[in-house]
Amino acid sequence: MKNLMTSIRLTLVLVVLLCVVYPIVIASAGKLSKGKGDGETVSVNGKVVGYANEGQSFTQQKYFWGRPSAVGYNAAGSAGSNKGPSNPDYLKDVAGRIDTLLKYHPYLKRSDIPAEMVTASGSGLDPDISPEAAKIQIKRIAEVRGLSVEQVTKLVDAHTEAPLLGMFGPAKVNVLKLNVGLDELAKPAK
Amino acid sequence: MNTELFGIGASFLLMLIIGIPLGKYLAKMFAGEKVWTDFMKPLENGIYKLSGINPNEGMDWKQFLKAMMSINIVWLAYGFFVLMYQDKLPLNPDGNPGMTADLAFNTIISFVVNCNLQHYSGESGASYLIQHFIFMFLHFVSAATGIACAVAFFKAFRDKTTTNLGNFWNYFVKAITRLLLPLSVVVALILTFNGTPSSYAGKDQFISLQGDTVNVSRGPAAQMIAIKHLGTNGGGWFGANSAHPLENPNYLTNITEIVSQMIIPIAMVLCFGYFIGRKKIGWVIFGVMMIGALMLLIPSISSETGGNPAIAKMGIAQPTGAMEGKEVRIGPTATAYWSTLTTIVSTGSVNGMHDSTMALTGLWQLLGMMINGFFGGCGVGVLNYFIYLIIAVFISGLMVGRTPEFLGHKVEAREVKIAALITLLSPFLIMAGTALAAYVFTSHGNADWAIKPSAWLNNPSYHGFSEMLYEMTSANANNGSGFEGLGDNNIFWNVSTGVLMILGRFLPIIGPVAIAGLLAKKKFIPESAGTLKTDTVTFGLMTFAVILVLNALSYFPALALGPIAEYFSMIK
Repeated sequence: MKNLMTSIRLTLVLVVLLCVVYPIVIASAGKLSKGKGDGETVSVNGKVVGYANEGQSFTQQKYFWGRPSAVGYNAAGSAGSNKGPSNPDYLKDVAGRIDTLLKYHPYLKRSDIPAEMVTASGSGLDPDISPEAAKIQIKRIAEVRGLSVEQVTKLVDAHTEAPLLGMFGPAKVNVLKLNVGLDELAKPAK
Repeated sequence: MNTELFGIGASFLLMLIIGIPLGKYLAKMFAGEKVWTDFMKPLENGIYKLSGINPNEGMDWKQFLKAMMSINIVWLAYGFFVLMYQDKLPLNPDGNPGMTADLAFNTIISFVVNCNLQHYSGESGASYLIQHFIFMFLHFVSAATGIACAVAFFKAFRDKTTTNLGNFWNYFVKAITRLLLPLSVVVALILTFNGTPSSYAGKDQFISLQGDTVNVSRGPAAQMIAIKHLGTNGGGWFGANSAHPLENPNYLTNITEIVSQMIIPIAMVLCFGYFIGRKKIGWVIFGVMMIGALMLLIPSISSETGGNPAIAKMGIAQPTGAMEGKEVRIGPTATAYWSTLTTIVSTGSVNGMHDSTMALTGLWQLLGMMINGFFGGCGVGVLNYFIYLIIAVFISGLMVGRTPEFLGHKVEAREVKIAALITLLSPFLIMAGTALAAYVFTSHGNADWAIKPSAWLNNPSYHGFSEMLYEMTSANANNGSGFEGLGDNNIFWNVSTGVLMILGRFLPIIGPVAIAGLLAKKKFIPESAGTLKTDTVTFGLMTFAVILVLNALSYFPALALGPIAEYFSMIK
């Protein structure tokens, strides 16, 4: 009985410390961070067009495409496909994605296609692709937008983020930021 | 230059650089010696006073376990009701509904026992109130429970003969104020300054570049993700756990999260040696665990970076490895690295989907959880390892014809019986659970449950069997990761894994603490030429052999039906 009373009292005290004081301290400090602790957004002309760290669906030809998503980039949820490596239905899906990519990029060989462009990400919200995956789309973008290949290549290079400290982890390209840059590039000069 | 390999090398080193000194610090701190965190004393005294605790009151092993169990029961009751009625409680900006009784049963056990198997999805299944006042709260206290029990076990071998294992409340509170809370503040700040949300703002809506209307789940996640890793809990804020770009926004946060889930398990092992004044035994155990960890780690990395052979056949380039269920900013190498560590230390957070990893990687993940003693969860890892150690003492004793002894105490029939029962418990629960699931799946496919058994599996054939085996193994090991394709939010999985989690948690804590209590009471026998030395490399290897043999005998048949069969079906 004594244990029970102690347990209840200690639980109450710790709830205040761990669930009120601690998170509020962090939330207050978070106000000083880039996104004020609400998540960092990307804006065009003062209007929010997305979250920097969350991928969004790009299906139009004039944009760089991101990775396939098991949740259709619906950021109210998140999930991978959870398909096993030998699942025949899954392998059919992958084959279908390869065909779609080849249809829109007739200049590509199969071995040019990096795996991430035909496989779903873990969260369904992967904001990035590898620099290689951006490069294979350059020619298509240049043709659709009437830009030169050099212009688009330069843009991709500018948006390629190097590994952490140049040494750790993969290089990547944020698809949303790249596409925002692309829209700006395509704007007629005033 | 392979920057992905450099990346895991850096996180491996960082984990040792932080974990080793942390072990020495913990030994001093729990022994009550002077340490730099003594400035927390006023806070602790306040907590003791408000709760009516005398931290200096000694407890024998039975009193200790009674205190531990009573507070755990309070949490079970508290959490169960809040989960069921979250829709009627405040701090629910997204209007999430209350949980069903079976889901609440499963979820509350899951968090109380440090397992964090999640049959709900964070974005739509849990209000901010639940995420903080239940889940994050239990992240702290369940980890502290494990640590406190491990320290009681250490205390039994510190004194020559004693019945006093120390005070549960004292160890428990200090584990929070001197370890978990300060580290959580540091980690949460790193996360929030790298893009993980920490404010209480609810869902946001915007119009994307293409003109689609998109909803975005957010919330004070950084606070919870910090302790979710430090406490080897693993239950994430978002459904996709640390694969989610807001939970794990970049490579730096990825390193932070993987390092923070390893440092306390590593520290606890070394703490044992330093605490009892025999640092050699701590290092020998550390060595055995590290060899075990590397033996699972290296093949996992190699099988993931090798890519999926079925996709290679389609002619696609897999320059970095298999990408299904993985994130570009993390990459296959760091995902494979994480997937092994999270399964050996019972965290169970994921930065890529385990269901989509290669067949052999799945095998190593399963084995990591089945062994559950290579570092293991906060506190409980050492206790699990101790059971193997007692078996090794007993077998070695028989082999060389000496009375089995551990650190000056005779190991007799009663202790060995407890150890043997605990050893048999895991295979029994995992095998019986998986067999029952497979039986229901094949013979009662149309049972009228939230998800019909015939629709449980997301993948056919061997991999489908692995999904069921993985779920039961993860529940028993209190790991909490999953082959998440499994349709597990229905009464069968909620109840069965709930029972497995609670047995798989408390029996492997009660057993070792009881053995330690019983041994500590016995007369101390000074070391002599006839003593079986337990802090030597030879004895370490002996323990390693015991671990391998026990687990191979227990689990090989089941593994052969799942991941091993899948592997061979893919290379033909």
